Amino acid sequence: MQELFWIFISSMLINNFVLTYFLGICPFLGVSNSLETSFRLGLATTFVMLVTALCAWVLNTYLLIYAPYLKVISFIVVIASTVQFIEMLIKKLSPALFRALGIFLPLITTNCAILGLAIFSTNRGYGFAEGITYALGAGLGFTIAMVLLAGLREESELSDVPALIEGTAMNLIIAGILSMAFMGFAGLFSSA
Amino acid sequence: MTESENRDYNEFIKGIWRDNPVFVQVLGMCPMLAVTNSAINAIAMGGATLFVLVGSSFLVAAFKKWIPKQVRISCFIIIIATFVTIADYTLLALVPVVHKELGAFIPLIVANCMILGRQEAFASKNTVRLAVMDALGMSTGFVIALFTLGAVREILGAGSLFGIDLFGAAWEPWVIMILPPGGFLTLGLILLVFNWMTQRKQMFMEKVAEAQRSDS
Amino acid sequence: MTEIITSDKPAADQDPHPARLIVTLALAGLISGVAIVGIFEATFTTIAENKARELRAAVFKVLPGVSQMQKLAYLDGQVVPLPPDASPEKTIYAGYGEGGKFIGYAIPGEGPGFQDTIKLLYGYKPADRKVVGMEILESRETPGLGDKIYKDAVFVGNFADLPIDPVIEVVKKGRRDSDNQVDAITGATISSRAVVRIINETNVIWLDKLPATGSEPVMPAGSDEVAHD
Repeated sequence: MQELFWIFISSMLINNFVLTYFLGICPFLGVSNSLETSFRLGLATTFVMLVTALCAWVLNTYLLIYAPYLKVISFIVVIASTVQFIEMLIKKLSPALFRALGIFLPLITTNCAILGLAIFSTNRGYGFAEGITYALGAGLGFTIAMVLLAGLREESELSDVPALIEGTAMNLIIAGILSMAFMGFAGLFSSA
Repeated sequence: MTESENRDYNEFIKGIWRDNPVFVQVLGMCPMLAVTNSAINAIAMGGATLFVLVGSSFLVAAFKKWIPKQVRISCFIIIIATFVTIADYTLLALVPVVHKELGAFIPLIVANCMILGRQEAFASKNTVRLAVMDALGMSTGFVIALFTLGAVREILGAGSLFGIDLFGAAWEPWVIMILPPGGFLTLGLILLVFNWMTQRKQMFMEKVAEAQRSDS
Repeated sequence: MTEIITSDKPAADQDPHPARLIVTLALAGLISGVAIVGIFEATFTTIAENKARELRAAVFKVLPGVSQMQKLAYLDGQVVPLPPDASPEKTIYAGYGEGGKFIGYAIPGEGPGFQDTIKLLYGYKPADRKVVGMEILESRETPGLGDKIYKDAVFVGNFADLPIDPVIEVVKKGRRDSDNQVDAITGATISSRAVVRIINETNVIWLDKLPATGSEPVMPAGSDEVAHD
């Protein structure tokens, strides 16, 4: 139990996917201009991550122990098709949910954070429970980072920013400062 | 220079400066920023990306007639993933030390949006020769960008370049630069410099145009 | 390097019939599969040798005087040489000196560090109940501070002759007054404590399971299987 808690906190805060591994910064910089959209994108990503963790576990247990060289290609193919299938399923079952989260799904599948999750949890040798916990933490961590950046950007829309720095350059520097703040979470577990 | 050579040259050179994938298009840096904490890691990662991009562009351009439109993206991804796997195993066999540092980030080259982007936007519509020139140019631009990031971060963060000590014992390294925040800050500042240079060039061109107008 | 995929795809007819889409994808998959298996086969031996060499180097480093080793596993209530078909979750290594004389165990351990999970290997001599060496296999501790757990020779030297009873303790640098204590690294107390805690916790897992002194598994004569593992 304690180990699962460490995995969760570690993937959410200490080793935040966006702020320490630079995973998923494309949507992080592209979409994060509104708080509402960022939050929904974050939730949709968390969902896809959970599905990914499940896929990765199945592949690891039943395929990759016999054929480790298929890792990259099978992760990509299986995750993309599973997410596409779920997208169709949600569209059928709940149009409201589809409008809220579904439109992000194709965008998320190609996100490096998704493949990163599958590969990291495989490299760490996580089992089922650990993999799901890792995915949940990583997804929530992604949401937190997205929402924080979006909030900061909404504020900066109203401020007088020099034209030279406006845009990606400023967002990266904001992200750098956020990343510094998140460094404060390191040692959360081992200081006890 | 003949016209076709000129075209080759143009396709090559545009990726290095005018359309530099990282500094201008801000593409493909997702998983890459993580390994730019030293010059050697940046070069190794850039080299692997170069191999994957050039190889994929070559194959995509060569087989473009036989790949139906409806399944082109899947085919591109299969081709890219194959090259990434080849790069991964080759690095693991030949330079295990470098592979240990880059580790999990090599498979993530698959998710580099720049590579898929070049297949879709260029290689699938052009001849093999131009596609390879384009891929070479783009990946050289990418390597230069990664190297710049890696070198700046290593020099400031560790006081060394390629592991060779630059400043002696008196230098107190800015450790933050080789930690994750340094990646964001360095790229942000480099983009800033790039913006500034573009802006200066634009102003200069405007001045030249104005001078020409007043001359005539 | 592109010669790996050279076989031409057949030029099928031009209208995209569903069957043709499937055939194209299948062909692409097939060619890709051949290329991937090819590179895997070509690099397999080198990669396996590299890994085995790295492991041997680590085991020999944490157990001074060792020249042979074998992998052990905890199966059916006792620690035995790893049977070829078993794949237990946790294994340790036994190190032997010249003439197959048992020297000690190399035990891998892992746990939370300052930044991320730390993986390490330490040498343990059951005869003296002492840790005789420690090597960090994997860590992402802060450069310049936490990474001293493997870069600082003085800290690593703490583990060269360290009694484990009652437990290993961490004290501030210069305050050592007992043999079972380790000097913490200034500025990286948390990383230092993490290393010691991992060793203590791993000791709890393994020490009861180890066979009594004198009845350790014997090194099979003439073979050194782990080297080619």
